Amino acid sequence: MSDNLKRTPLYQSHVDTEGKIVEFGGWEMPVQYSGVIAEHQAVRNQAGIFDVSHMVEIRVSGEDALKFLQKLLVNDLSEIEDNQVQYTMMCYPDGGVVDDLLVYRYNEDDYLLVVNASNTDKDYKWIKDKEEQGVRVVNQSDEIAEVALQGPLAEEVLQELTDFDLSTIKYFWFEDSVEIAGVEAIVSRTGYTGEDGFEIYTANEGIEKIWNAILDAGQDKGVVPVGLGARDTLRFEANLPLYGHEIGKEKNPLEAGLRYFVALDKEEEFIGQDALKEIEANGYQRKLVGLEMIDRGIPRDGYDLLKDDEKIGVVTTGSYAPTLDKNVGLGYVKTEYAEEGTEIEVQIRRRKCKAKVVALPFYRREK
Amino acid sequence: MEILEGLYYSEDHEWVRVEGDKVYVGIADYAQNALGDIVFVEFPMEGEEYEAEESVGVIESVKAVADLYTPVSGEVLEINEDLYDNPQKLNEAPYENWMIAVKLADEEELDDLMTAEEYKKFCEEEEE
Repeated sequence: MSDNLKRTPLYQSHVDTEGKIVEFGGWEMPVQYSGVIAEHQAVRNQAGIFDVSHMVEIRVSGEDALKFLQKLLVNDLSEIEDNQVQYTMMCYPDGGVVDDLLVYRYNEDDYLLVVNASNTDKDYKWIKDKEEQGVRVVNQSDEIAEVALQGPLAEEVLQELTDFDLSTIKYFWFEDSVEIAGVEAIVSRTGYTGEDGFEIYTANEGIEKIWNAILDAGQDKGVVPVGLGARDTLRFEANLPLYGHEIGKEKNPLEAGLRYFVALDKEEEFIGQDALKEIEANGYQRKLVGLEMIDRGIPRDGYDLLKDDEKIGVVTTGSYAPTLDKNVGLGYVKTEYAEEGTEIEVQIRRRKCKAKVVALPFYRREK
Repeated sequence: MEILEGLYYSEDHEWVRVEGDKVYVGIADYAQNALGDIVFVEFPMEGEEYEAEESVGVIESVKAVADLYTPVSGEVLEINEDLYDNPQKLNEAPYENWMIAVKLADEEELDDLMTAEEYKKFCEEEEE
């Protein structure tokens, strides 16, 4: 592999446990260990641990940090309190998506933004270029590593490694300075799988200790390391968007079904607000929908969607979905075909295969 | 990685078992391992004729789509329909689950394929 690829502090661990390494967003990352389906099921039924150290942490602080971020982000950041996390996006003036991200609020003047690895340079530049007096933007990614522990047993397993009562961390809240296996970490109840679980951030030096401790504590409970392959099938079943697929420069959050996260009427003006308001007022040209195959075949990213031989859309993610044991996809279709139950066709190589529009998400965990 | 004696192998990691003028084609252990969990197969129609190295079908794992090539020319006599419902058998036992059977049109094409020993060497070189 190319020499410019980056490695996380857990790289050697992955190689030692026979993780299959691939290039992803400029990093050498494990795509699978025992197998995508087995890892996927482990997360749904027990728990799995992911190395997500490639994620990018950008610290935004200063007396004008909130004002600055309100202008940059589409969600209303004033709605969250200290120690709360918010899912949000950055948009271009035309409403297209720069990236989606999580914002961690330490206090009114101090925030941590977690963005996608594949967008590191673009995102950092986008934010840094807008830096003004009263705001400090620092990329802390080189010092911070991250693992995610996801699945119904996540809390039980992680609780063995800390005196902090994890049940007090509610969904989309976090706690700073939690000791996990003796290592100080940020712990948030967040994730990208559709399961309960935690994301754990710490300095590079401490991450291996946490990783090993979680695997040891979870060994008898069926906790396994999980690669990027299952990370994708898990998030896809739960209809969590992936940059470059469901959202991107040419795709706005509204048509992507993320209206809930866009504070169109936010008092502070934000980048893309006018364009998004206009889209909201004029009606969507297309919508992101769920597709389930009727004929045999797997819809894949980029395949055309047809109705009566006319192209009406395109697949953004598609796969065999292990939890459903079905072949399903996400894709954009012209709005008139977005209604549940609509029969359309997917162009799979030379064949036109029947599929129908179904409700999203494909999978929702029982609470 | 398992390589079975008595079979011919292609550079695309297919195996060929010869029974008279009928040959069975499957994928080698190396191929199933590289693909990962196989969840879908697509076959040619019985009766169709193909040239050696032509794409005759598709094998899909959760993450990847790969072509199935026929290592020899000839008419497709049979397809292994069992794999439609049980594609994971290609992972579990790649040498016990043939994919297509072809009527061998030109016996000399077998000389272009590798023996088990040659294929073993080929795989080792690929790994490097």
